[in-house]
Amino acid sequence: MNVGDGGISANDGGHVLKRRDLEIIAGMIADGSRALDIGCGDGALLDYLVHRKNVDARGIELSQAGVNSCVAHGLSVIQGDADTDLAYYPDHAFDYVVLTRTLQATRNPRDVVSQLVRIGHHAIVSFTNFGHWRVRLRLLTEGRMPVVGDDGYAWHDTPNIHLCTIRDFSLMCEDLGLTVRRAISLSRSGEGRELKSAGAAANLRGEEAIFLLTRE
Amino acid sequence: MATRDIPNVDGDGAANLPGFQVELARDEPMRLDSGETIGPFTMAYTTSGTLNADKSNAILICHALTGDQYVVESHPLTGKPGWWESMVGPGRPIDTDRFFIICVNVLGGCMGSTGPRDINSETGEPWGLDFPVITIGDMVRAQALLLDHLGIDQLFSAVGGSMGAMQVLEWAAKYPERVFSVVPIAGAARHSAQNIAFHEVGRQAIMADPDWRKGNYLKEGANPKGGLSVARMAAHITYLSETALHRKFGRKLQARDAVSFGFDADFQVESYLRHQGSTFVERFDANSYLYITRAMDYFDLAAEHDGILAGAFEATNVRFCIISFTSDWLFPTEESRDVVRALNAVAANVSFVEIETDKGHDAFLLDEPEFYQTVSGFIEGVAEHRGVGVKPEQSAK
Repeated sequence: MNVGDGGISANDGGHVLKRRDLEIIAGMIADGSRALDIGCGDGALLDYLVHRKNVDARGIELSQAGVNSCVAHGLSVIQGDADTDLAYYPDHAFDYVVLTRTLQATRNPRDVVSQLVRIGHHAIVSFTNFGHWRVRLRLLTEGRMPVVGDDGYAWHDTPNIHLCTIRDFSLMCEDLGLTVRRAISLSRSGEGRELKSAGAAANLRGEEAIFLLTRE
Repeated sequence: MATRDIPNVDGDGAANLPGFQVELARDEPMRLDSGETIGPFTMAYTTSGTLNADKSNAILICHALTGDQYVVESHPLTGKPGWWESMVGPGRPIDTDRFFIICVNVLGGCMGSTGPRDINSETGEPWGLDFPVITIGDMVRAQALLLDHLGIDQLFSAVGGSMGAMQVLEWAAKYPERVFSVVPIAGAARHSAQNIAFHEVGRQAIMADPDWRKGNYLKEGANPKGGLSVARMAAHITYLSETALHRKFGRKLQARDAVSFGFDADFQVESYLRHQGSTFVERFDANSYLYITRAMDYFDLAAEHDGILAGAFEATNVRFCIISFTSDWLFPTEESRDVVRALNAVAANVSFVEIETDKGHDAFLLDEPEFYQTVSGFIEGVAEHRGVGVKPEQSAK
């Protein structure tokens, strides 16, 4: 199967990840496991997991166009909303539940993260770190709201309503009683750095963060 | 073809129907949901494509209320092309070059499968209302007997729209080991009150026709064409959308410049509906219409599970692809979403796509590219997973 659009490469028999964060996430997921990708977009991660790691991978996507494209490419995806539809899944139905670059757009991120660790044995969450020095600098020097990531939304048109820093997220996990198995920060160049703790330095340097969480 | 089923003469010209007919439940009658039994009975079906050696590439197409087994080949009575030839055929989303397609006229139908217009061997007369009331479950049970007869243990997929979707869901719920995947399109896990209401209007139209003769019209040489025609006209409106009707007809007049101040078909939409009604009665049996609409009304997959739909799909391994259409008000998206939620509750492998269209319920029969891409992509994914139905050019490598 060749999937030509979006983040999925048709080269090399297809099923190649172009995004560094997705590569790291895929590396956290065991071969042959069950995974649910919430906000799976064009299905790049699902496609990789299914074909390269023999994962029983499913997706939920808010945009109907994204869903239709995924299903037309043979992926198991439903239209749904992280805020409302996770409640229908049973406990520990999946080994991994993945939420990439989506948490900031949910209405209730705290509930969503609780659902992730209920449905999955592991939750993998990635988000843009608003504690990054560039973000802080813009606010400090220009007095303007930071614009981050590839999408470049302005403050008035962004769907991202719950922005956080690595430190904020760590504190919420602590508050929820979750164990952080791994935490990785990504620099602008895509260099991953394992975080020993969500310290001040990591919160300054990481543009993006990926957390592997469990309830245990 | 693996079988050489012989046309079964039932005295109604059915022997001349293209396709196959087979007598089932010969040794032991089949139990019906009503508690009655039926058997032996005849199932009429068509096939296209070639069944592979391990019989793993069979796809069952389940037809809708007024459909039949002529899914690909042209209809023997109307001469029209197969009702789903845009979906099923060589190189189509359901590719007859790779898959073996079976389509069966439902039990209770009137295109060669046993139904109320056939002769009851005990009386030597047409069944009429003595025919037992059947359910979607009975239709599927009869199809399962046909698969036994064909030696097919597991279908690669069961695909169907509307009442076909009900059968497909029934397959997944009752015979999960016999369907590797299912594609319920524009369907529901139960018939809604509104839909039962529409069906009741249709049935009352038939029964109000003096030529219905309490269901004995065949014995008495009559035919309740007027009633059946009205039933069809009313139902046909529910298959379309307000937008589609308006686009097609608006308030345009039929072959006249001004309204007639009478009750002729002044408007094009009236003329169109009358035509739908009058052509329908040429190919459909009024009592069959009563029985099949009743089967749909009785359908409720959750009923056996204390109203919890998820109970019907507990621990299922079937792969689901559920499809709905935005402008379908007969089987609205919310009905499909209920099925999706129930499947999520048992962590089933499910895809769900809502297709944007203004063509209403009938969209599943019409040219909708995104719909075809969905079905074709799903079938492709399942084929990859199942390791069958590989495209010829790939297998040649």
